[in-house]
Amino acid sequence: MSNYETVIGLEVHVELHTKSKIFCGCSTAFGAPANTHTCPVCLGHPGVLPVLNRQAVDYAMKAALAINCKIGDVSKFDRKNYFYPDSPKAYQISQFDQPIGEHGWVDIEVNGTTKRIGITRLHLEEDAGKLTHTSGGYDSLVDFNRVGTPLIEIVSEPDISSPEEARAYLEKIRAIMQYCDVSDVKMEEGSLRCDANISLRPAGQKEFGTRAELKNMNSFRGVQKGLEYEQYRQAEILDDGDKVIQETRRWDEAQGKTLSMRGKEESHDYRYFPDPDLVTLHIDQAWKDRIQASIPELPDARKARYTSEYGLPEYDAGVITSSKPLADLFEESLTYTSDAKSVANWMQGELLGYLNANNLELAAVPLTGQALGELIGLIEKGTISNKIAKTVFKEMLQSGKLPQQIVEDQGLTQISDEGAIKGIVEAVIAANPQSVEDYQAGKDKAIGFLVGQVMKQSKGKANPGMVNKLLAELLPR
Amino acid sequence: MSININDVEHVAKLARLDLSEQEKEMFTAQLSAILKYAEKLKELDTDDVEPTTHVLHLSNVMREDEVHESLPIEKVLRNAPDEEDGQFKVPAVLE
Repeated sequence: MSNYETVIGLEVHVELHTKSKIFCGCSTAFGAPANTHTCPVCLGHPGVLPVLNRQAVDYAMKAALAINCKIGDVSKFDRKNYFYPDSPKAYQISQFDQPIGEHGWVDIEVNGTTKRIGITRLHLEEDAGKLTHTSGGYDSLVDFNRVGTPLIEIVSEPDISSPEEARAYLEKIRAIMQYCDVSDVKMEEGSLRCDANISLRPAGQKEFGTRAELKNMNSFRGVQKGLEYEQYRQAEILDDGDKVIQETRRWDEAQGKTLSMRGKEESHDYRYFPDPDLVTLHIDQAWKDRIQASIPELPDARKARYTSEYGLPEYDAGVITSSKPLADLFEESLTYTSDAKSVANWMQGELLGYLNANNLELAAVPLTGQALGELIGLIEKGTISNKIAKTVFKEMLQSGKLPQQIVEDQGLTQISDEGAIKGIVEAVIAANPQSVEDYQAGKDKAIGFLVGQVMKQSKGKANPGMVNKLLAELLPR
Repeated sequence: MSININDVEHVAKLARLDLSEQEKEMFTAQLSAILKYAEKLKELDTDDVEPTTHVLHLSNVMREDEVHESLPIEKVLRNAPDEEDGQFKVPAVLE
């Protein structure tokens, strides 16, 4: 394969979690029976008038300021015209030339390097309905509940140079929106969505190559995999001396490839014009200042604070601050223990391991910062061993009980009584003459077996330090 | 600016209108005439005039984020060409 540079720009859609829709009072709650959250306004009946939801504007401004955009003094809404059954009005109310925000940026970290990705614009618009296709393939069914849910579209500059960077950018956008509390940002529920433009050019060439627009990437992994595939596909075409066709392609997760979406091309003539039903927005400095003041500490700032204030390694601080609930749990734990590094280790190892293995969100487990902090306290005090602590932790994740309670209920308190442990050690020595002989003959591994036996006999409760010490004393070499 | 029959066909297609050859010719002439008339406006000097997107001198008309009752599903579906399971049923759209 020749040497190509990859150029990627992302369009990210974020559903704002207002209670009601952007232009009418219908509920935006997810999961209601089809078409029960609709009214003449969002169904596009004749003669109705949309009225803008103030909260949606506030959220969009907050999101724009959080990604360092400049907020225009004047903003307005335009109609984007297209025919598709997911849009009852045959146009979408969006923003064309006067979006809420422009000229922003976010910093991403990939392989230890920080890179700044430019944001072209952030605009406010309404979401479309949801189509499903019947099994026979002759009909489509439309649910308009989602029509009119407020969306922001965040368009990046073509500053992204690899699928890995694209994923890091999307994860950063999600984290920022989550910290700002403007959206649920759940890719699986569609409250965070991402389309990509990707092209390749020979290394050193200034002009962009022909791009493909990539859709249907429904997970962070999907975004990276889809772009990796498309990068490979375009390189093959260019290597053969052929030309990439400008088109829209769909990422097919099951097949692991991108497929052409023929027929979507001709619709790219949207004939935007100002929506006469909606009046202009004038955003004065006081309004901008009020929203600016509402922006909380953002992920980058928290990450920097975790390294300086708690001495966490960059990597740990990055993982923990990548999600707000995770970072909040971390801080809550630290009111119950001062060992920040231990908290970070437990979160990254046991907690994330458990959540990932079971495909769960943090909110799905009843873990509190108090429980995690106190668990670490119990290890520090020697009440339980690290190994028992793992058992206790699993129980904490299931029942939400405090660790002290679990230790008491299950009788897991560590045995640190030398006499009691000595009895077990002696019994194990007597029962395993071969291992004793191996150990005394110089095979260090044999001691591990003996320690294991003692731990097993004590149901994991023997203090491991004491077991090692007693074995060494009783088996001189 | 005048428009030709290709422009009319393009606009008709975007609007999902099926025009006869006779209609295409008629609209080509009519639309050209309308645009020609509008050209007259260009004679005015508008250098110092702000673009007008709205005739009303209103701005920042907004509502509070409050949920109101939606339409009963029977009424919603009264405008559906066909229905199934509470949804609007339309000819298949293939992606």
